[in-house]
Amino acid sequence: MAVLITRESKIICQGFTGAQGTFHSEKAIEAKTNMVGGVTPDKGGTEHLGLPVFNTVAEAKEATGANASGIFVPPPFAADAILEAVEAELELVVCITDGIPTRDMQRVKREMNGSKTRLVGPNCPGVFTPGIGKIGIIPAYIGLEGKIGIVSRSGTLSYETLVQTTRTGLGQTTVIGIGGDPVNGTNYLDSLELFLDDPETEGIIMIGEIGGTAEIEAADFIKSWKSVKKPVAAFIAGAAAPPGRRMGHAGAIVSSGAETADAKKEALKNAGVEVAETIVTIGEAMINALKG
Amino acid sequence: MNIHEYQAKEILAKYGVTVLQGGVAYTPAEAERIAKGLPGTIRVVKAQIHAGGRGKAGGVKLVKSNQEARDVAKSLLGKTLVTHQTGPKGKEVKRVYIEEGCEIATELYLGMLVDRQSGYITILASTEGGVEIETVAKKTPKKILKVGIDPQVGMQPFYARKVAVGLGLDIKTGTGLVKFLLGMYRAFTELDCSQIEINPLVITKNNEVVALDAKINFDDNALFRHKDVEELRDEDEEDPMEREAARHDLNYIKLDGNIGCMVNGAGLAMATMDIIKLSGGDPANFLDVGGGATRERVTTAFKLILSDPKVEGVLVNIFGGIMRCDAIADGIVAAARDVTIHVPLVVRLEGTNVDLGKQILADSGLAIIPAETMADAAKKIVAAVKEAS
Repeated sequence: MAVLITRESKIICQGFTGAQGTFHSEKAIEAKTNMVGGVTPDKGGTEHLGLPVFNTVAEAKEATGANASGIFVPPPFAADAILEAVEAELELVVCITDGIPTRDMQRVKREMNGSKTRLVGPNCPGVFTPGIGKIGIIPAYIGLEGKIGIVSRSGTLSYETLVQTTRTGLGQTTVIGIGGDPVNGTNYLDSLELFLDDPETEGIIMIGEIGGTAEIEAADFIKSWKSVKKPVAAFIAGAAAPPGRRMGHAGAIVSSGAETADAKKEALKNAGVEVAETIVTIGEAMINALKG
Repeated sequence: MNIHEYQAKEILAKYGVTVLQGGVAYTPAEAERIAKGLPGTIRVVKAQIHAGGRGKAGGVKLVKSNQEARDVAKSLLGKTLVTHQTGPKGKEVKRVYIEEGCEIATELYLGMLVDRQSGYITILASTEGGVEIETVAKKTPKKILKVGIDPQVGMQPFYARKVAVGLGLDIKTGTGLVKFLLGMYRAFTELDCSQIEINPLVITKNNEVVALDAKINFDDNALFRHKDVEELRDEDEEDPMEREAARHDLNYIKLDGNIGCMVNGAGLAMATMDIIKLSGGDPANFLDVGGGATRERVTTAFKLILSDPKVEGVLVNIFGGIMRCDAIADGIVAAARDVTIHVPLVVRLEGTNVDLGKQILADSGLAIIPAETMADAAKKIVAAVKEAS
């Protein structure tokens, strides 16, 4: 089963012939991802990496039956690319691009109101279902088909978590990198809901950061679980970060009390989540949580 | 990106927001000349630095004559102001703003930012003007009024009336606030701001709504379409090391500890700082070297970290996902030869071709302390720094 990327996924890449699009599409194909083509305006009708190139997403969908897209276009054009995929009614759009203006993302969010498309990102490592395929930049070889769903704001921390859950033999159903931007698509709540509904996912790992209150809302959501529930382990990065400074991710600015690492850890612990004090022990924390 | 108060006021004035008359001066003579051109007899001389808390630090002075404006400007220019936002080193005042005085009836707080939860531009307002909003949020959160602007309709007068009523303003003054907020919102959206703060917003004895202070932050990601905003950048206000890092696409933030860190990925960089602290050490910086940890970037990163005299040890923590660990190890070895590293260096590599990477480090003949895990790396660097001192 897994979530988001499944055996039914037919994936295209927007920004297919660019350096990033090419490199990561190659890696995705190596990882057996069901890629069916790509989009680069002006290059329609050509072939790239053995797959057809189209001028528009609509044409690509028409010709290949694509239902998902990975976006690797530069920041000034990324919002337009997302909206194009939304207009073509793809089910899943994963935007990897880092550096999209907040106002552009506000426009995207506004336009997506009521749309059937699910957006993941931007500024994220993407989505990866071991054994089936990936959209984005997560290295596939560190994954293992298994039973843990991972949701993370940070790319490299999701890799650390992948490695630990692979080494301990737990494996993963799907890894969702939701990205660190202040205005984005799929959030923790959406991801937790997906994993909760997925019969193959037996445990969930949530990797958070300082800044914003999304982790607190996730904690409230977990606390509200009644009959249907799954064990959750979490890590929050940034306990040592000084307040008011932006730590790489635009979102990671601590400005109110609820946004600190301590406040988030406390809220998660109160919701019955096994909280790892360092990223090094997140695998262990998941094992403990599974033992109940 | 931040700008100075006087620049923020110039921008806001263009959008119809009421500000007082004033001008910026770089010398005492200029200050006097500007003072002469202002109406009334009261003037305020304000130090222009990118930090709040200037008033308490003696950076804002009321004067009663043009001569006094000159004298105060002379005392402020070249002076280093230390406020709670500048850090202990403070910031040198290189410009002062001379502004006409006004008779204040009420001081309020007004802010505009993007609310992460809704994605909406949101107005924050409070009757607690002139106080840090963070303090108000902590002590009396009920005193903060939040009004989100639905992006489908944009800023409408009724939103502004909601704020006016919430602040307890009378109808006439409220009308002034409506005009003020409409202009502020237009500036926010047209210029891709990430935050505008008017603290205090004052109601004068003539019932005028005036921005007594103004702070604008811009969305760095959108600067490519605002060249005129980019020109307002004051490089003197930025940390020279952070600026150098930005030039090389490195994300560097200087902190106060003694263990330098070089990590790829913002999340992992924060997690590395956390584990150093938990191991009894103190991180000297946050540094995200990004996905492509090439020789050139690693060299620049080493130079940056080591240019901080407080650094007594360096921890490199790289997850080679897309980039192979052997390539990263080559980069580290080459960089370590380019830059003489006189402090203990601990390296932890993980990811693709990790064994090959470790071998390259071991064969380099450099005094690199290898670490197996992040926990091991943190322990080793803390111990090495203690031993060396």
